[in-house]
Amino acid sequence: MSHHDRKIPAPSVNPENKPFFDAAAAGRLVVKYCNSCKEFHHYPRTLCPHCFSDQTEWRDAKGTGTIYTYSVLRRGVPAPYCVAYVTLEEGVSMLTNIVDCDLDSVRIGLKVKVTFKPSDGGPPVPMFTPA
Amino acid sequence: MARMSIKGKAYLVGAFEHPTRKAEDKSVAQLHAEVAKGALEDAGLARQDVDGYFCAGDAPGLGPLSMADYLGLKLRHMESTDTGGSSYLVHVAHAAQAIAAGKCNVALVTLAGRPRSEGSSGTQPRSWGAAVPDGPFEAPYGIVVANSYAMVAMRHMHEFGTTSEQLAWIKVAASHHAQHNPHAMLREVVTVQDVLDSPMVADPLHRMDCCVVSDGGGALVVARPEIARQLKRPLVKLIGAGESPKGQAGGKLTLTTSGAAWSGAAAFAEAGVRPADIQYASIYDSFTITVLVQIEDLGFCRKGEGGRFVADGNLISGSGKLPFNTDGGGLCNNHPANRGGMTKIIEAARQLRGEAHPQVQVKNCGLALAQGTGGQLGTRHGSATLIFERE
Repeated sequence: MSHHDRKIPAPSVNPENKPFFDAAAAGRLVVKYCNSCKEFHHYPRTLCPHCFSDQTEWRDAKGTGTIYTYSVLRRGVPAPYCVAYVTLEEGVSMLTNIVDCDLDSVRIGLKVKVTFKPSDGGPPVPMFTPA
Repeated sequence: MARMSIKGKAYLVGAFEHPTRKAEDKSVAQLHAEVAKGALEDAGLARQDVDGYFCAGDAPGLGPLSMADYLGLKLRHMESTDTGGSSYLVHVAHAAQAIAAGKCNVALVTLAGRPRSEGSSGTQPRSWGAAVPDGPFEAPYGIVVANSYAMVAMRHMHEFGTTSEQLAWIKVAASHHAQHNPHAMLREVVTVQDVLDSPMVADPLHRMDCCVVSDGGGALVVARPEIARQLKRPLVKLIGAGESPKGQAGGKLTLTTSGAAWSGAAAFAEAGVRPADIQYASIYDSFTITVLVQIEDLGFCRKGEGGRFVADGNLISGSGKLPFNTDGGGLCNNHPANRGGMTKIIEAARQLRGEAHPQVQVKNCGLALAQGTGGQLGTRHGSATLIFERE
């Protein structure tokens, strides 16, 4: 099964998260970095959730990571799909889908890389596929 | 300044569980009213005795405003904290705080809903609103209830070697209890193999790892000690409470630990008792993994040892060390409004009153715990813990 079997709901873009989805539209995965505590965070905020500083900035992520956990939803849906948390090279985990692969081959610890998939009437969203 | 506490400041004097499991011919407000009436009758109190009211997101309209008007309540205290399915445990704790502060004497808490009639299940997305900050980073990926909890189970298996067989024992124990509950949706006793043979819903959770979807509701009455002692019901005293939200910590995930690690520790500290002292525990059971993680975090066993702890019938009343969810819980009995916290408190009250089914009643039950988890264990959730003592 592929991601095409599921209509991807468009994310609600607002002034705070718009740079993330603008970057996604340009094929770039960005992550928020805090210049005060030197930590990344996700999902992105204006104020750092670790130290509450406003000295946060968008940084390009490497776009690779490993699967922290996952689940394939098989019942009550038209076709199975895989939700996962991927821990990025930058050290933070993001909720995503694992796509373009045999879903039965997905494992915790699997190396993955970002790919962008179109949403239904909104900006593309980052997903991951085996590296 | 002396440390303030709700210990002994309030009693659970009334409890009622709606017998319906499918309410096609009733409104949600009507269900709230029916459970309110039932709990007040159980307590031996009248509607005009109620001066505090608590409800959560399942209440239709503008929370306590709509419901107080519908129910005909005259109030001097109201609250609508919503932490999902754990809301009602939070409400009992907050009712005790309000009573201790002199803000009310008799608090009514209601829950009701009809997701079964309305076709809402754990594999469908729920709307949290466009302004929810996490929504844009989760909704596109099809995170629903079942696959959220399933990701916790998958990670727990990875970190600690927990098995599907061990998780299945939680359902097996619940089914042993449900066979004695005439209102339970699923009364058939099942085996570990039955659970493993049931269809996979969201890896690694099978259908029998998931709670039922049911209509119904429940209500509680919490009162100050002077009032409780005038009533003819057994005295169920609140001696400890804790509450805690837990989320994704900015992406630094620790999915195998729940908020029960904090709410449980706070409740035990306030009550002055230890996990080993608890004779009966109601543990939120939206999924088998929910039970396992909370048992660890409450301190009934060490982190990672939950699988071994729940196996071999250890949660079955009469034979196991920790009798749990003797009504059959959410896994077998009911899960009204997709929010199981209310029924956790009600069964704990039955146990302490000696009013559980004789086949599952814990002998001389004097100390019971109720534990709730609301929201989603795999994204963000609210945990709440209550400890009650029979006086």
